[in-house]
Amino acid sequence: MTIGLEHYLTVASALFVIGIFGIFLNRKNVIIILMSVELMLLAVNINLVAFSSYLGDLTGQVFTLFILTVAAAEAAIGLAILVCFFRNRGTIAVEDVNVMKG
Amino acid sequence: METILLFAPLVGALICGFTWRLIGEQAACVVATGLLFLSMLLSWVVFLGFDGETYTRTLFTWIESGTLFTDWSIRVDRLTAIMLIVITTVSALVHLYSFGYMAHDDNFKEGESYRPRFFAYLSFFTFAMLMLVTADNLLQLFFGWEGVGVASYLLIGFYYRKPSAGSAAMKAFIVNRVGDFGFLLGIFALFWMADSIQFDVILAVGPELMETTFPFLGYEVNAANTIAMLLFIGAMGKSAQLILHTWLPDAMEGPTPVSALIHAATMVTAGVFLVCRMSPIMEYAPFATNFIIIVGAATAFFAATVGLVQNDIKRVIAYSTCSQLGYMFVAAGVGVYSVAMFHLFTHAFFKAMLFLGAGSVIHAMHHEQDMRNYGGLRKKIPYTYWAMMIGTLAITGVGIPTTYIGFAGFFSKDAVVESAYAFGGELGSFAFWALIVAAVFTSFYSWRLMFLTFFGEARGNKHTHDHAHESPMTMLVPLGVLAVGAVFSGVVWYNSFFGKTDQVATFFGVEYVDTYAEGEHGEDAAAESHGEEASDSHGADHHYVFTSPPGEGAIHAAPDNDVLNEAHYVPLWVKFSPFLAMILGFVTALWFYILNPSIPGRLAESQKPLYNFLLNKWYFDEAYEFLFVRPAQWLGRFLWKGGDGSVIDGGINGLAMGIIPFFTRTLSRAQSGYIFHYAFAMVLGIVVLITWATLSSGG
Repeated sequence: MTIGLEHYLTVASALFVIGIFGIFLNRKNVIIILMSVELMLLAVNINLVAFSSYLGDLTGQVFTLFILTVAAAEAAIGLAILVCFFRNRGTIAVEDVNVMKG
Repeated sequence: METILLFAPLVGALICGFTWRLIGEQAACVVATGLLFLSMLLSWVVFLGFDGETYTRTLFTWIESGTLFTDWSIRVDRLTAIMLIVITTVSALVHLYSFGYMAHDDNFKEGESYRPRFFAYLSFFTFAMLMLVTADNLLQLFFGWEGVGVASYLLIGFYYRKPSAGSAAMKAFIVNRVGDFGFLLGIFALFWMADSIQFDVILAVGPELMETTFPFLGYEVNAANTIAMLLFIGAMGKSAQLILHTWLPDAMEGPTPVSALIHAATMVTAGVFLVCRMSPIMEYAPFATNFIIIVGAATAFFAATVGLVQNDIKRVIAYSTCSQLGYMFVAAGVGVYSVAMFHLFTHAFFKAMLFLGAGSVIHAMHHEQDMRNYGGLRKKIPYTYWAMMIGTLAITGVGIPTTYIGFAGFFSKDAVVESAYAFGGELGSFAFWALIVAAVFTSFYSWRLMFLTFFGEARGNKHTHDHAHESPMTMLVPLGVLAVGAVFSGVVWYNSFFGKTDQVATFFGVEYVDTYAEGEHGEDAAAESHGEEASDSHGADHHYVFTSPPGEGAIHAAPDNDVLNEAHYVPLWVKFSPFLAMILGFVTALWFYILNPSIPGRLAESQKPLYNFLLNKWYFDEAYEFLFVRPAQWLGRFLWKGGDGSVIDGGINGLAMGIIPFFTRTLSRAQSGYIFHYAFAMVLGIVVLITWATLSSGG
């Protein structure tokens, strides 16, 4: 069996959906939300790489590198915010993060 | 000159009403009065110098829209000239009179300025009335018509602290609205038919209208009759004819000078003026003129019966006015417009005088208006007594039949009665007898007023009687001037209004021809020789007819309208009947109130239902209360409580306090503050968007 484009896309969408559900089914920890976001980015990256290889166009892979860079920076900022948040509120449980209520 | 005449009262009203704080109260009133006297002077110049030829002065264009073309202009013909002197003379005298009458008023607090307002209203009224009579198109006439209505409203409700005055003012306005609705419809119909509202055009189309029909209320109706009827409905409202008369007695809530000016001499005669002005159309509307005769005669009779038992001195005179207006309409209805104007003319003098005299009595008696509290005032206020005496002699028609000796009312009233008789037929005799009976009643209540007020024992508050005093000169001078009019206005202009047809025709600027009359007319005239001059100078054999085409000359008579001629040849007993009616009324009043004062009380006791029926004015007010006022109030209350309160207010409140908060609460619960809820919403949104994009583009 050859691994074709479909398989990559399937894995990518599976990862993406897992990421989404990770965001709003998780009630425990904000870090998990950050991880889910990373997961979704990775799913997108897989898509980009898969299409790049499929179409023989390197642009997709270059773009993936950019995304990875941005994702790293985003993870750093996200964790920094999390640390601040923990210092202020003393918890990072998702249940307690509801100060955005109007 | 006409322009100055017309606008002097307006300028007076503006100066008096708006600048009295600058120039002072007294000065403001003097300016208004002075300008009115100027206007009066010019009116007399116009009237006496008028040669019968109609002329029009255009001031400026008012409306130009499609085929509708309207100017502000001054049209002067004989009708206008007559009205001009009546209006400005009475108005000027009333202005003068008001200096005395309105000097002190208990209805206003110390230091309140009410006089400039009063004078400004009076002047404004005069301006509107002049606008009405000088109009050369129906729209300008309607402007004046409504202007006098407004002035009347303001002046009836002048004592605005009195609730009764306020409601009387509203009543006058609302009842007039009914008439004005008909009037407006009439104007619309005329415009529709003739495509113009200029008098020059519409007055000439009478004969065509008679041949035309148009659909109205689902029926195919004759144009001339319908238009004439609609216009007459307007006249009924303004002139307080039966059915729409109820506002006039209540209008007596206003100050007495107002009653004299507006509700006796000028505004209420606007309806008569309208019918006379529209004579070229009325002449071709037999149904409408018959209706006018019926309404006029019925009003004359009805108002006279009510006048018999009223106790308020002003109300007696008010019903008398109503009744006399009926006389005028009968004259107009039978087609003798000159006689209608004649009675209008003389009536203005003696009725204004009666009102001003009554005002003088009221002034003397400290605003007591109930005649039962008068009595024996002859010695206390001798000038007023003599003025009222002349007025009474004039209204009851004292004079010697078939001669030229008599008071003003004698000539004009006899002319009306003779015209009604000459009209002939059942309608003519109905009108004739109604007017004769009304004449008996007129004489009775007029003398009753005199006897109760000036003769017998002093009744009522003794203190008031002790302090009764003669009015100041400003009030007595107008009475004197009007007395001259009440005595001489009849005899001087008798031939002009009701002389031989050729004299009337000349006076009104109408062409005529002399058709030699054979047979009856000649013999009758020779036998009776009505009036020496007339028969001497023209010979009794001449028979004149108006030949002007409709629209030319001030009044019009159809070729077959011969009432004016016939009226001179009525039997002798007809000529004497108003005289006998007057005597009968006088003797009865004398017997009832001087010789045997206990009779009225006993009669009222024995004829209780009739007495109450008359005292309550035939229960017209009660009937209207039941038929119109109650349902209207019920409807108003229903719409207010039910429609406005429940539906509209309830709807708004329900929306603002029920439905919107419900949605707010629901939506605010969606805003939980949890990020995963928001994220979920975003995802849902994306799913929906993508689905939509896919389906719409893919499909």
